[in-house]
Amino acid sequence: MSKAFLVLDDGRIFEGLSWGATGKTFGEAVFQTGMTGYQETLTDPSYHQQVVVMTAPHIGNTGMNAADNESSKIWVAGFVVRNPSPITSNWRSEKSLDEVMREQEIVGISGIDTRALTRHLRDRGAMRVGIFSDLDLSREEMVIEVRKSRQMSGSFLSADVSTPKSYVVPATTTKKFTVVALDLGIKSATPRAMSLRGIETHVLPYNATYEEITSLNPDGVFLSNGPGDPSTMTETVSLVRELLSDEIPIFGICFGHQILGRALGFETYKLQFGHRGINQPVIDKRSGKVEITSHNHGFAIEAPVDTQFTTVFGPGQVTHVCLNDGVVEGLELLDRGAFSVQYHPEAAAGPHDAAYLFDDFVSLMEKYPRKVSDH
Amino acid sequence: MPRDTSIQSVLVIGSGPIVIGQACEFDYSGTQACRVLKAEGIRVILVNSNPATIMTDPEFADATYIEPITPEFIEKIIAKERPDAVLATLGGQTALNAAIGLYQAGTLARYGVKLIGADVDAIERGENREIFRTIVEKIGGESAKSVICHTMDEILEGVKILGYPVVVRPSFTMGGLGSGIAFDEPSLNQIAGAGLRHSPTSEVLLEESIIGWKEYELEVMRDSTDNVVIVCSIENIDPMGVHTGDSITVAPALTLTDVEYQKLRDLSIEIIREVGVATGGCNIQFAVNPDNGRIIVIEMNPRVSRSSALASKATGFPIAKIATKLAIGYTLDEIENDITKVTPASFEPTLDYVVVKAPRFAFEKFADADPRLTTTMKSVGEAMAIGRSFPEALMKALRSLERKESIFTFPREISEQKVSSLLNQISTPTEYRLQQVQQVLWAGISADEVFEKTKIDRWFLTQIELINGAAREISQPGEMTASLMRNAKQWGFSDSQIALLRDSSEEEVRKSRTHLGVRPVYKTVDTCAAEFEAFTPYYYSSYEEETEVKSRTKPAVIILGSGPNRIGQGIEFDYSCVHASFTLREAGYETIMINCNPETVSTDYDTSDRLYFEPLTLEDVLEIVHAETLAGPVLGVITQLGGQTPLGLAAGLKAAGVTILGTSPDAINLAEERGAFGDVLAKIGLTAPEFGMASSQMQAIEIAAKIGYPVLVRPSFVLGGRGMEIVYDDAALSSFISRATDITPDRPVLVDRFLDSAIEIDVDALYDGLELFLGGVMEHIEEAGIHSGDSACVLPAMTISPHQLQEIREATLKISEGVGVRGLINIQFAIASDQLYVLEANPRASRTVPFVSKATGVPLAKAAARISVGSTIAQLREDGTLPQAGDGVAKGISVKEAVLPWNRFRRSDGRGVDAVLGPEMRSTGEVMGISSTFGASYAKSQISAFGSLPKAGSVFISLADKDKESGVRAASTLSSLGFRLFATTGTAEFLQSHGVTTARVRKASEGVGPFGERTIVDLLNAGEIDLVINTPVGRGTRADGWAIRTAAVQRSIPCITTTAGFNAAVEGIKVLQSGVLDVRPIQDWLKDA
Repeated sequence: MSKAFLVLDDGRIFEGLSWGATGKTFGEAVFQTGMTGYQETLTDPSYHQQVVVMTAPHIGNTGMNAADNESSKIWVAGFVVRNPSPITSNWRSEKSLDEVMREQEIVGISGIDTRALTRHLRDRGAMRVGIFSDLDLSREEMVIEVRKSRQMSGSFLSADVSTPKSYVVPATTTKKFTVVALDLGIKSATPRAMSLRGIETHVLPYNATYEEITSLNPDGVFLSNGPGDPSTMTETVSLVRELLSDEIPIFGICFGHQILGRALGFETYKLQFGHRGINQPVIDKRSGKVEITSHNHGFAIEAPVDTQFTTVFGPGQVTHVCLNDGVVEGLELLDRGAFSVQYHPEAAAGPHDAAYLFDDFVSLMEKYPRKVSDH
Repeated sequence: MPRDTSIQSVLVIGSGPIVIGQACEFDYSGTQACRVLKAEGIRVILVNSNPATIMTDPEFADATYIEPITPEFIEKIIAKERPDAVLATLGGQTALNAAIGLYQAGTLARYGVKLIGADVDAIERGENREIFRTIVEKIGGESAKSVICHTMDEILEGVKILGYPVVVRPSFTMGGLGSGIAFDEPSLNQIAGAGLRHSPTSEVLLEESIIGWKEYELEVMRDSTDNVVIVCSIENIDPMGVHTGDSITVAPALTLTDVEYQKLRDLSIEIIREVGVATGGCNIQFAVNPDNGRIIVIEMNPRVSRSSALASKATGFPIAKIATKLAIGYTLDEIENDITKVTPASFEPTLDYVVVKAPRFAFEKFADADPRLTTTMKSVGEAMAIGRSFPEALMKALRSLERKESIFTFPREISEQKVSSLLNQISTPTEYRLQQVQQVLWAGISADEVFEKTKIDRWFLTQIELINGAAREISQPGEMTASLMRNAKQWGFSDSQIALLRDSSEEEVRKSRTHLGVRPVYKTVDTCAAEFEAFTPYYYSSYEEETEVKSRTKPAVIILGSGPNRIGQGIEFDYSCVHASFTLREAGYETIMINCNPETVSTDYDTSDRLYFEPLTLEDVLEIVHAETLAGPVLGVITQLGGQTPLGLAAGLKAAGVTILGTSPDAINLAEERGAFGDVLAKIGLTAPEFGMASSQMQAIEIAAKIGYPVLVRPSFVLGGRGMEIVYDDAALSSFISRATDITPDRPVLVDRFLDSAIEIDVDALYDGLELFLGGVMEHIEEAGIHSGDSACVLPAMTISPHQLQEIREATLKISEGVGVRGLINIQFAIASDQLYVLEANPRASRTVPFVSKATGVPLAKAAARISVGSTIAQLREDGTLPQAGDGVAKGISVKEAVLPWNRFRRSDGRGVDAVLGPEMRSTGEVMGISSTFGASYAKSQISAFGSLPKAGSVFISLADKDKESGVRAASTLSSLGFRLFATTGTAEFLQSHGVTTARVRKASEGVGPFGERTIVDLLNAGEIDLVINTPVGRGTRADGWAIRTAAVQRSIPCITTTAGFNAAVEGIKVLQSGVLDVRPIQDWLKDA
């Protein structure tokens, strides 16, 4: 195995071993604290253009299998682990992680002090990073290359990750509702969770128009998770405003939550190092119950946590808050069928504590039935 | 939800003596409970019969009852204290059973006391297998197919459905007691028969065999608003078939995908809800079929368990502490995470390291015992290690066990014969199976083949192959470069392992390693994989880039703990270490604890200023000393409190330039080395029994001839009397020597004159170089020859004259001076024919320090720690640590009784192991009885240790010839107390001739008589005998005695094997017959002048 270097924007360099594909790659360095679910993480489109540092020291133990993919490919820009597994040991495994990374040309680095790196990112914030392996570059040259790479703030990435063509995920039980899901980087677990609840999901590209959506006469619209800076999503935000005016029930997750927030008039901001893990405590302010949830977000909504707020679409409130740091994790409108959460009720990877939110979406669509179409 | 203010006082039930399956993890959990409750301003009432616990220190509760943990005694405590609530979920199965007893007896209702933590219904739902099975089914989980049986006939019917092999599990027993795997009808008869007896409800479960499946445990917590979190997942490396307490385990689970892990998580949450554990922790076990992922729910413990302690140490999430807060009404989100300070306890810890736990066994103490590991737990302790990879953590865990056999070796050659024999062995789990696995992999056998034989997951096998590969690389000739060295250390190789691979010495490797600049860094256990800053310095070593040791200004004292529990070195030593830490923190020092035992209070991150969870080897300790020296001033290392483990390191540390606080290594050597100690005694005019050292059989026999039989023989340099025996003739001596195979001139055998029928005395004292403080003089109830750890003893001594006491004090002072003690010393004396003999001196904290401290109210370990850092006894008297004047004075009469693990072990043929006491220590724990008379204290100690002594009924007496005279009076008293006496011919005739009415029964070897007269074993099995007195004759010649004792043990009938014990038991029975045994808190005893 050849040497590899992980080079941070601020000049700190970690030396390790090349792993997966060799070459170079750039992205935003973020750490992920889940002890299981590396496959779901790798294939989650929200990690597009991010170099993911796994804090769990052994990665790859259970290999890769088709069933657990969250999309058709690996999205991370680079993968950083302490100890990649030399074998896979699981009855469902089809390929080794190393093999898949090579096939998909994902540059990785192993054998570095991932805890030191994590602490660095925690203290100084997520930043640009490059991984270089098998390259004849000086340390200075590598730092310069990293500093030339693209920043996450201000990045519009939906076009990269969204489906080019729409497709339908049928309900696996008796069909009760039609939902349009706007694909901003959707994970396969989401339509799966909806199909179990009698929802037929029409997944549309990120740039689907209001007409394209309403022509399907949906009972609800779902705004998916996805990568990028929510402040770049002006068109989608306007689209959501139109849908809100039509009083079509809306459910947003993660990036979709940020877009709903912006549509309601809130600002979004970048967190120091984000929430990426499957152990995050979120309290439902309405019931006082705590859910252990799966998170993957670098941005968040700025909204009043202690009082209700008013919007042009009527009053609303923050429903969920992260207990670790008080970040807004959920919103709802009180007189209209719209709500969203910053975290991942579809889990994959992560706990299923928040799966009830899909039931809430179903209830919402029951409560606010589709209006008879004008056209 | 804030705290429930209707709870103003809580009775906490402890777990009693340390036994296999229930060890000091419950002192850790109980101590945390007491601290939490006190901090909330709640009045804490505690009952625990185990004096060696931290929790029974008077400052941890408002009223501490060192009394038997039985519903009868607890009712007396409740009547007196009228607590608002009882907390029983932190004291293991003992506390839970006591709570159920209190409920069933109506005590809780009568006094209006509520059970907090888990209610009786939830306990029942969790522990009753039939109910639990329906719960699992209801939530959509699967249980192993099984049949509940109450009779042998039902069992035989059941196995027809399930087929062999079949698992047998008795209901309501702890640590899997009585369970096992039956492969055929004879083994089923035997295991299930015992299981029916062990189960308090005569109920066993037969179960489809899932041997070889992957085994997992999840630690779950729930609060009163139904918030549930999973604290930790644990994966067993030894698959199903080996009790989890006996398995090498790893945290977190390493071979599950998220999909599979979330299934276990979902099931766990559903189960804790459905069982209805209102608040607190529980542990749920799963088996997963490695071929298809089918999940079977095995069982749940609706309480804090051994695994909870492990999970707490593994994650930094203090389960017992939080369970206590939940029990008094708080919810998880209201409790702060101590480590991060900013985040709440309602989260799931995430690890950026790997934890490996390895069990420590004591098979060498039970030569007859079946060495196979089964579903009955047999290990006596465990070590835990943390690393940044599985190999690193595994290698550290194995060296933490302090057994050379545990450490992986890489021989140049392994013969084919050896390999094929190892390949046969690895199919059967035994103590060293993983080492055998490593050897066959080293010899080139494929992981697949090893998997077929062991079902150990291929992932773990491959990791061991990686370790072997690294060993190959290290052993290559050529220069040891920095990168090669770093690599070796990252795989977890110790300096001594590297030395072996490179034909070098440990010291040379260390020198070259430090020269190359390859040293460990220390990472923090922080519950959150560095997502948040950690404020608790709980460290582990790793060979990484960045260290997290914080600099400090206060002078530090490093305390070495005692490592994994083992027979002879257990909780008593942890007690002393913890005390030292508490007192030195108070005195303004920064205390640093090093230990690798996850069960202890010392490895609670709250105990010391800093905690290093590291192996106790010279290398590991030296590196910590180095790291801490860089962090700030280090005063030195305390080695005299953790037992033999740290004491063994003292010389090496000193040689490396480390300051040893307290008694110097030279002084330790003076006491430990027989010749040198003999010189000390000679100089000060004290007598030791004559002895000699033999390096051959001939020599041994010569020595024995010179000093006269009986002699006590043992290998030199051992702890807990390992391998020690009393022999009465040449033949027995020769046989001993031929069994002690590794006898060499370097490792001679000690031959001591054995003082027959001597009284043995144990003394704990403090010496500061100027003054002696005599902590206590204990008199053994069993005569000399029974290991002091296994002998009951009484404080104050009952039969010693004031003149003899004075003589003992003077001798203690002289020895302390002569050896050069600075701190604690324990001396064993014997008095035979009015002559005082010195048996041995140990210049360190002894096993009896906590007992003496409880009986006298003097914190000996604290005083010793202070002396180590320069305080004088005069100063300690002044500041109130020691009494103003005089020596330690016992308040009331305290009896310590040892608890033995006979019922845990069986021979390969399935019969019990012999339950006879000897010079080799075999007890795992101890209890204390305190009252104002000897009889009452002894009776209490027996109730605590064995259940009870009978108040009436039948007693079987069998006395060896040498014991017959001394046993007559006790037998006669028993008869006059209304007991029916039975004896076999010899003893019966002897007693009759002395006017004691005795019925004759047949020996087992005589068989059933012509008219169907039953043998004593038949009577025992029929439950017609209530007490057995059986003094053995000598090893080997007494098949009858053995049959009687094992039958008694299996039926839990008290069995006394010495005449001294017999006399004491009669005293106890008198008290029991006379009526009431009072309860009194230790705080009240200590107020007595």
